[in-house]
Amino acid sequence: MTPKEIIARRVARELKNGDVVNLGIGLPTLIPNYLEPGVDIVLQSENGFLGLGPLFGEADPCLVNAGGQPCGILPGGAFFDSAMSFALIRGGHVDVSVLGALQVDSQGNLANWMVPGKKVPGMGGAMDLVTGARHVIIAMEHCTKDGAAKILTQCTLPLTCVGKVHTIVTEMAVFRINNGLVLEELSPGVSIADVRSCTEAAFTVGPDCIDHVDSITEHTGSFSATPGGKR
Amino acid sequence: MNKCISLQEVKGLFKDGMTIMCGGFLGVGSPEGLVRELINNGAKNLTVISNDSAFPEMGVGQLIVNKRVVKLIASHIGTNPETGRQMIANELEVILVPQGTLAERIRCGGAGLGGVLTETGIGTLVEEGKIKLVSNSVKYLVELPLRADIAIIKAKKADRAGNLVYEKSARNFNPLMALAADRVIVEVDELVDTGEIDPETVVTPGVVIDNIVVAERY
Repeated sequence: MTPKEIIARRVARELKNGDVVNLGIGLPTLIPNYLEPGVDIVLQSENGFLGLGPLFGEADPCLVNAGGQPCGILPGGAFFDSAMSFALIRGGHVDVSVLGALQVDSQGNLANWMVPGKKVPGMGGAMDLVTGARHVIIAMEHCTKDGAAKILTQCTLPLTCVGKVHTIVTEMAVFRINNGLVLEELSPGVSIADVRSCTEAAFTVGPDCIDHVDSITEHTGSFSATPGGKR
Repeated sequence: MNKCISLQEVKGLFKDGMTIMCGGFLGVGSPEGLVRELINNGAKNLTVISNDSAFPEMGVGQLIVNKRVVKLIASHIGTNPETGRQMIANELEVILVPQGTLAERIRCGGAGLGGVLTETGIGTLVEEGKIKLVSNSVKYLVELPLRADIAIIKAKKADRAGNLVYEKSARNFNPLMALAADRVIVEVDELVDTGEIDPETVVTPGVVIDNIVVAERY
């Protein structure tokens, strides 16, 4: 499995039957492929509908997802305008928002909409989603392509929100943000030391986090990785 | 009152320096014929309010490429490289607004509301220069209404009174913009006689629509 598939599969386990979910473009769109049998979710598409589904048959130019790609709508779906769409999002009617990140930090701050002087695509609906959704999951590869840490003590890029992220899922680990960063779960074959070496932020290790790789490592306590540490 | 006009008649309505709202989401639900007339008309120094700047050859993206826009208010510009290039070269002012806030500011502009309070953008660059209020221990930004001189929107079907029905995800910002401009022009795929659309299914009531043009078929 690729890192993206590992992440999508793990995020799928966070979703409960009946959840209304908004998936960001890119990696999060893989998640429905990995839902357990019996877990039916309703996907919200911020361009104006509920019941987003895969494209079946011919593409309809008037039916696209929030990334502009042709898609389908499932039985029970509904179309609406952008004000209704964001009333659903801000009003707490969306249970889970899954998004990617450039950086996320131990206070639950997120940066994912611009790199000053380089890339300014805009925030689209991301700021409303992270502010309004009941549960915010960041689904991202643990480090940048250059190997730099993305889970930081404090985000350095312009923020998307302050203190709204609940869960971070990477190909290496799952973190919860609960008065600081808590390592909850390791992927198979990954040790706490591995995670520490490529996570800039300090984190505590949750009681249920079992390190299968390095039995010497303490299961509680705080670790601080080298800033900008490489994998 | 006859609201139906030709694309030729539309052309004379646009003036230099106007603020134009344009419906659509990544070009889906954009009034392509009206955008083309706006380009043919030659109006420049426009302020454009739109969800995004679409693509270079689609929707409002074409206005950017043709250098007609001096100021763009949008939530996303990443799909049109020319928007980013003009912004960095200081040829175009871009004001990025969170998508839900943009929708609500346009709704306020059309609904006679003085603004809206939202948590979106608190603690980010979006809050710069804005009034903040605390209510029930939650910090909010005061976001002010947006209006335009002309809104150009797209619907699937209109009757001659201007009642509108949209199509799937091509609805997006169109019904909001239909209330938020001094003149509202809709481009439709199909025009029917007044009374032929079930009042129960009308999404935008015809009283807010000033002009109707029928899209050319290609």
